[in-house]
Amino acid sequence: MVLTGAEIVIRCLQEEKVEYVFGYPGGAVLFIYDALFNQDKVRHVLVRHEQAAVHAADGFARSTETVGVALVTSGPGATNAITGIATAYCDSIPMVIISGQVPTAAIGQDAFQEVDTVGITRPCVKHNFLVKDVRDIATTIKKAFYLAKTGRPGPVLVDIPKDVSMHKCEFEYPQEVSMRSYNPVVKGHQGQIRKAVQLLLEAKRPMIYTGGGVVLSDAAEQLTKLTRLLGFPITNTLMGLGGYPASDRQYLGMPGMHGTYEANMAMHYSDVLLAIGARFDDRVIGDPANFAEEPRKIIHVDIDPSSISKRVRVDVPIVGDVKEVLEEMIRQIEASSARPDAENVGTWWKQVDEWRRRDCMKFKNSDEIIKPQFVIQKLWEVTGGEAFVTSDVGQHQMWASQYYRFDKPRRWLNSGGLGTMGVGLPYAMGAQLAHPGSPVACVTGEASIQMNIQELSTCKQFRLPIKIVNLNNRYLGMVRQWQQLFHGERYSESYMDSLPDFAKLAESYGHVGFKIEKPADVEGALREAFGRKNDLVFLDFQIDQTENVYPMVQGGKGLTEMILSAEDL
Amino acid sequence: MRHVISLLIENESGALSRVSGLFSARGYNIESLTVAPTEDASMSRMTIVTSGSDDIIEQITKQLNKLVEVIKVVDISESAHIERELMITKVRATGKDRDEMKRMADIFRARVIDVTDTSYVIELTGSQSKLDAFIDAIDPALILEIVRSGVCGIGRGDRILKV
Repeated sequence: MVLTGAEIVIRCLQEEKVEYVFGYPGGAVLFIYDALFNQDKVRHVLVRHEQAAVHAADGFARSTETVGVALVTSGPGATNAITGIATAYCDSIPMVIISGQVPTAAIGQDAFQEVDTVGITRPCVKHNFLVKDVRDIATTIKKAFYLAKTGRPGPVLVDIPKDVSMHKCEFEYPQEVSMRSYNPVVKGHQGQIRKAVQLLLEAKRPMIYTGGGVVLSDAAEQLTKLTRLLGFPITNTLMGLGGYPASDRQYLGMPGMHGTYEANMAMHYSDVLLAIGARFDDRVIGDPANFAEEPRKIIHVDIDPSSISKRVRVDVPIVGDVKEVLEEMIRQIEASSARPDAENVGTWWKQVDEWRRRDCMKFKNSDEIIKPQFVIQKLWEVTGGEAFVTSDVGQHQMWASQYYRFDKPRRWLNSGGLGTMGVGLPYAMGAQLAHPGSPVACVTGEASIQMNIQELSTCKQFRLPIKIVNLNNRYLGMVRQWQQLFHGERYSESYMDSLPDFAKLAESYGHVGFKIEKPADVEGALREAFGRKNDLVFLDFQIDQTENVYPMVQGGKGLTEMILSAEDL
Repeated sequence: MRHVISLLIENESGALSRVSGLFSARGYNIESLTVAPTEDASMSRMTIVTSGSDDIIEQITKQLNKLVEVIKVVDISESAHIERELMITKVRATGKDRDEMKRMADIFRARVIDVTDTSYVIELTGSQSKLDAFIDAIDPALILEIVRSGVCGIGRGDRILKV
């Protein structure tokens, strides 16, 4: 069948079973939008800024097991998309971004809305392509989807010049794709796995530490099985929340800069650490030299060989897909009669429970002023722990990760690696479209929400009943916290002045807005909001301006050097 | 420590910038980088001379392998290998310097490949240190221009880098 390049693009998306494309039209993608208009299989979500298109597609991918798709025009369309692409890249989210480009003859002529999109995006994509011939579109898009979702996932960009989208050729979608230069390892090395199992069974102070890789590999079930089989304590990183049920006794909370006392102590003083789909980053282990001081054997399971021995030396590296490796570990343990030494592990648990009794997550609630932690606790209660929770970046992000207990994977969507303010609302849009009947909460702050507030309009158009939980402290809270602790209380430019009345702002977009000022009103407001199944409700909580996120490990310090509460200052 | 990394990469536009971008983005050194197509025109071979601790070299090879268009990566300096570099030098060759320069070229087994009344162009192939030695041996005041190709390398004997 002879089709235009633009029609081929849309046919390829149909073949890949893409439900939603998030995008914004412009000159260079007019033919593609025309092809989109003539069909009804792939639905398009018109955002109000390209950054939000990429974030929303990213949120869609994070909350499902699919590849997110965004469509933007050349020049400013592509540059606006960069933050979204880099955000997805840092968290290894499978995405395909299609960008328009000026006609091939105009490339390099400084044409209107021309930018070297392939060049600009190169450092923040898994791979990218410039399609110069209409006959290459189908195979390129096939490759893009294949690259995005296999190996360590990531965003792949396909740049299509306008004339290429207009030219015609015979269309046939390739059934499979093979690339001699790209063959990610899936199965872990049997011998290495055997070594790892041996170490685990002999461990005296074992600890399991898992990250986003467990979520991306859809291996929560296998992780839970293995952890219960071994009876070891476990921690999930910010990216890995929900990989293991947070309400389970073996779960110690999140590790790292704002992790729990027990998780950090157990990480630090373990003798065998099983790291799965995690990368020992600076926000998790603090100073690597300090972390290396305590002798321990490290087993590291990761699909990306370059993640292994990057920041800490690893004793048993296992390259492979997390799910496959976990299944093999379970199989080997079940096949053998050996089990962890109950006495050793029991003694270790006594120590862990002693750390736990410090109750590092306690906070002083108030009858006068709303405490942010209290809002998140109530959010968890009101939604029965079943909501998809997105966040922006800052204090509210940490409180959401600390006080909303995630029992299932893909329920917690945040920008962990890049730390992008402004992702919360578009992530919620993606999650809500992917899960129409489910509660979706966007936990944000008055600063972050303003970075993509224009999407309230998109939410109206597509009737997305998101609940925005705005923890409004009239400060760039995390900046203020650092300035208080490390910059002599000089609050340079961290005060948010001239704020809009968010409730009225939401109303002007056609939504519902509440302003909540008293602790006694928090639960009622949340119940009413989540009761309104068809409305987006903007909940503007006026919270304590001076509240800080604790526990805290200062940047560059060791994991055990924690500030547990304001009293430690 | 100095390392010589050889790699095979798809001969596609932008492939070189992916490699050079990787080095600059991650703060790795490039002492020299050479690239040209192989006998199979769909594939280029690159030789990168770099330096760093063992940890850094391990990361460099892993990160190179991670690039989608990179087919194979080998650190050829890990075992017996040969390195060669080409240098073309334009020197002033007048009066007594003219004979002296020819003598030097002969001593280093270089070839004079262009001659004018006042200059020679001298071609010399060898290891980096041999080329350095030639530069040290001639009067710097006589050097008009120098161009070096960067190092090409290949493993000795059975060590073969092929798809």
